[in-house]
Amino acid sequence: MNIPKDLKYAKSHEWVKMLDEETALIGLTDYAQDALGDLVFVNLPEAGDEVEAGETFADVESVKAVSDVFSPVTGTVAEVNEGLLDAPESINEAPYEAWFIKVEHITDTEELMDAPAYDAYIKTLD
Amino acid sequence: MGTYVPDTKQEQQEMLREIGFNSFDEMFSHIPEEVKLKDGLDLMPGLSEQAVIGKMEDIAGKNVVFRHIFRGAGAYNHYIPAIVSSVISKEEFVTAYTPYQAEISQGILQSIFEYQTMICELTGMDASNASIYDGATAAAEAAAMCRDRKRSTVYVSGAANPGVIEVIKTYCFGSNTKVIIVPEECGVTDADALARMMKEDAQAACFYVQQPNYFGNMEDGDVLGRIVHDAGAKYIMGCNPMALGIMKTPAGYGADIAVGDGQPLGMPLAFGGPYLGFMAATAAMARKLPGRIVGETKDDKGERAFVLTLQAREQHIRREKASSNVCSNQAWCALTASVYMTAMGADGMAEAAAQCMSKAHYLRDVLKEAGLEPKHDREFFHEFVTVSPEGRCTDSNHILRALEEYGILGGLKLSDREILWCATEVNTREEMDETASIVRNVLHGECRHKEVCGS
Amino acid sequence: MKLVFEKGSAGRGLNLIRGCDVPRVSLDGEHKRETPPRLPHMSENEISRHYTQLAKRSHGVNDGFYPLGSCTMKYNPKVNEEAAALKGFRCVHPLQPTDTLQGSMEVLYLAEKYLCEITGMDAMTFQPAAGAHGEFTGLLLIKAYHVHRKDDRRTKIIVPDSAHGTNPASASMCGYEVISIPSREDGCVDLEQLRAAVGEDTAGLMLTNPNTVGLFDKNILEITRIVHEAGGLCYYDGANLNAVMGIVRPGDMGFDVVHLNLHKTFSTPHGGGGPGSGPVGCKEFLMPYLPGVRVAADPAGEAAIDKTGDGAGDKSPARYIFERAPESIGDVKQFYGNFLVVVKALTYIMSLGREGIREASSNAVLNANYMKVKLSDVYDMAYNETCMHEFVMSLEGMKHKNGVTAMDIAKALLDYGIHPPTMYFPLIVHEALMVEPTETESKETLDEAIQVFHKIYETAMASPEELHSAPHTTPIGRPDEVTAARKPVLRYTWES
Repeated sequence: MNIPKDLKYAKSHEWVKMLDEETALIGLTDYAQDALGDLVFVNLPEAGDEVEAGETFADVESVKAVSDVFSPVTGTVAEVNEGLLDAPESINEAPYEAWFIKVEHITDTEELMDAPAYDAYIKTLD
Repeated sequence: MGTYVPDTKQEQQEMLREIGFNSFDEMFSHIPEEVKLKDGLDLMPGLSEQAVIGKMEDIAGKNVVFRHIFRGAGAYNHYIPAIVSSVISKEEFVTAYTPYQAEISQGILQSIFEYQTMICELTGMDASNASIYDGATAAAEAAAMCRDRKRSTVYVSGAANPGVIEVIKTYCFGSNTKVIIVPEECGVTDADALARMMKEDAQAACFYVQQPNYFGNMEDGDVLGRIVHDAGAKYIMGCNPMALGIMKTPAGYGADIAVGDGQPLGMPLAFGGPYLGFMAATAAMARKLPGRIVGETKDDKGERAFVLTLQAREQHIRREKASSNVCSNQAWCALTASVYMTAMGADGMAEAAAQCMSKAHYLRDVLKEAGLEPKHDREFFHEFVTVSPEGRCTDSNHILRALEEYGILGGLKLSDREILWCATEVNTREEMDETASIVRNVLHGECRHKEVCGS
Repeated sequence: MKLVFEKGSAGRGLNLIRGCDVPRVSLDGEHKRETPPRLPHMSENEISRHYTQLAKRSHGVNDGFYPLGSCTMKYNPKVNEEAAALKGFRCVHPLQPTDTLQGSMEVLYLAEKYLCEITGMDAMTFQPAAGAHGEFTGLLLIKAYHVHRKDDRRTKIIVPDSAHGTNPASASMCGYEVISIPSREDGCVDLEQLRAAVGEDTAGLMLTNPNTVGLFDKNILEITRIVHEAGGLCYYDGANLNAVMGIVRPGDMGFDVVHLNLHKTFSTPHGGGGPGSGPVGCKEFLMPYLPGVRVAADPAGEAAIDKTGDGAGDKSPARYIFERAPESIGDVKQFYGNFLVVVKALTYIMSLGREGIREASSNAVLNANYMKVKLSDVYDMAYNETCMHEFVMSLEGMKHKNGVTAMDIAKALLDYGIHPPTMYFPLIVHEALMVEPTETESKETLDEAIQVFHKIYETAMASPEELHSAPHTTPIGRPDEVTAARKPVLRYTWES
């Protein structure tokens, strides 16, 4: 399982990359994409939407299932990665480059794990 | 008693014993006594096949099948080619289930893919689903497709089929969506009213217009479409697949979604069902289409294959997050429509449509000569409204009763003075002349149906 | 195999329509179609062969055993088709004068009467065209009921996590929030969870009994009582009625509104995915909200006369009229429903009659238990109790042992000409295969199928790779569903 050291992780398997104190990129971890299987579509929010820590902001579809994606932070969607709409497979191929949204004006964050903690956590799941 | 249980009572008993029961009652003993039926159902005993078909024939015999039909209003009498009846009666098509197991269902899946393509060709749209219950539910589902977080109000043309409007309203009762009717003026949608209403409503999600409309008239589809798009809403056009043989497509008018009832494409009148709801959309809206959709792909050996696809939109995966609950479609009716369109071809469809239009214009002319004035002065396809002159015994009831006596089903009574007529390629010149002659006698002769006016 | 668009050639066609006997009126100007639709140009012979080829690549109940759980793929009797083809039923316009529709009205009247007796309901509408459509309709009745009582706190519908996806989806379509309650270990409703979930915001509960794992929930009277006490109504999903018709009635189990699937329980054919029919029955207090029109005996008509002539003393009215409910929710479909489907179901009910209906459900349950017992030696059953008309097997154990999944078993069955059972449903059982043989299969068919399942088991143990690549003998191999969803190709396109 690939777990980059410079990112933070949520229990619901999203990664957070803080760009500065109030801005972050959000995506799905390698563990998540592996569990979900081949992804075929992503339903994304729009720029300007509000997101809340612990609430869903998007969902991903595989052939036979749909899964919610949760936001680890509270803030406003600054940008949406439209590229995911044309190539959802990039989430499977390069999960840490396939960011979903860029969130700005972050006011609150869930409790997040660092890389070693997340590694230990996913080992308890199987 | 008819039975489709193959095993004899003795074989059943043996099977029961094999699995550890002495009787059916014992097998059902785990069901609480309080809910079990004590004395069985209060129903008649079963009938032999001969008796049951005899009974159904008796019941069917109580219906009157008219010699000539001039009524439309959402159910149309067209010629059904013999090849259609032959193909759709094949057991494999009749008794198959939904093609979830693609490997053994390529026939069904391919037929649906062909149907989807033909609907796209007919309507000019980019994608079609595998069908839904009827034209009215298709309109309601199309309105639901246009809803998003910011826009939800549904605008509906007052010149659309009242039956369709009612279904849209019922669906919107479910989803707590507002429905606003745009008034009709001179037999078509009042475009000025639409423009005003859309301008004042930032929440307008969509506008539904029927083309040709309920009264048979052709709407200014381009103008209406521009008004709707200028307001940032979506344009839904309900169309008649028969008319599309010669009429501009919904895509040509700028529609985002095209819906309608495919009943004219090979399905009998059948007292209203089963019919066929078709739904087609632009590429931008394709993923919002409800219900099943068939897609093309390859199998593990690289051969072309068809599968149900985009299933993650549907209820069995999204459950409460699905935009619609549709499970079954009208697959066998969609097959019927495909065979019809294949048998007719573009030339046949154009010819049938041209004849519908020509016959309806002839009917209007001979009825006018007989004394029934057309109500509207607009281009129409195969339906039109007439107004009968004042007089106690010249109203709609008298006219229709007189025709009934001759085995002719006249147009639909819209009011005491107005009748909505329809003519198709099935109606002959003689029938229409006969009809006009009867109408002439009602309007100009003595009243022969005192039971209607009570005089 | 070629698509219909890849066959034929320009200029070919059929001579179907008579010549035009009136002056031609053509459409010119702004409403004229610019380019013709690209429909096939084929002779009748080519068309007939094309569809015969397609039929050969399809598989129906008429072809073989079809044990699809929750679908009730029972035999489709041919006399039903004959009844539906009668000219008197086929050739009537829905908007004819009532006096000329007495036959069709009698069909709806009798179907309502018999199905109300079977379900323990007081009235029924035939407008819904499918099961999901019926669910939507039934929930609208519940909604109308609460709206009429001016109780706007009722915003939630309770659904067990084992429910069919249409249940929560239908609830959403009615503006309800769905509360999913986890089932007990034994697959039945957890009464504690239910008690905790009900309240003043409960509009109703949607349930099927037997449930989606094929078990009869013995606590049913307590379940419906709990919901009623909280002020909610109980909706019965009739998809599993084939297990209990003639033995138990939803109305006697405490349900207020039910839907039926005529294309499941009442033998009408599935047609490759429809048309079905999903009539909705209800108790008297919900009658004011029914959609569409119902057929009633004309109160001003003559006294009823015995018309059946079979000595059963079954009196039918002299004349029928249409009635619309005073607070009707409107229409869920135009006209009266999938009428020809109702004709088929009525023919079936009259063929079976009182005894035949009970015989059907009894044998549906017998056949399911027979298969379950005989497969239990090698396959894991999700639940061990006596099942009803269907049972669930779990391949989770096998998956851990040698990687063979429910999907693999299902695909392997295809090589033996048996349609696979329902896969991966209900969601509460992992690697589920749900088997519903129905009552119309003979002992030999069941025994053969049982043998095939055993053979596949042996293959799974000895050479699982063979199953991963199944099926081998079908017209195509496993399709690439991922690409189909990522890059949807939903229509044929001509190379420009």
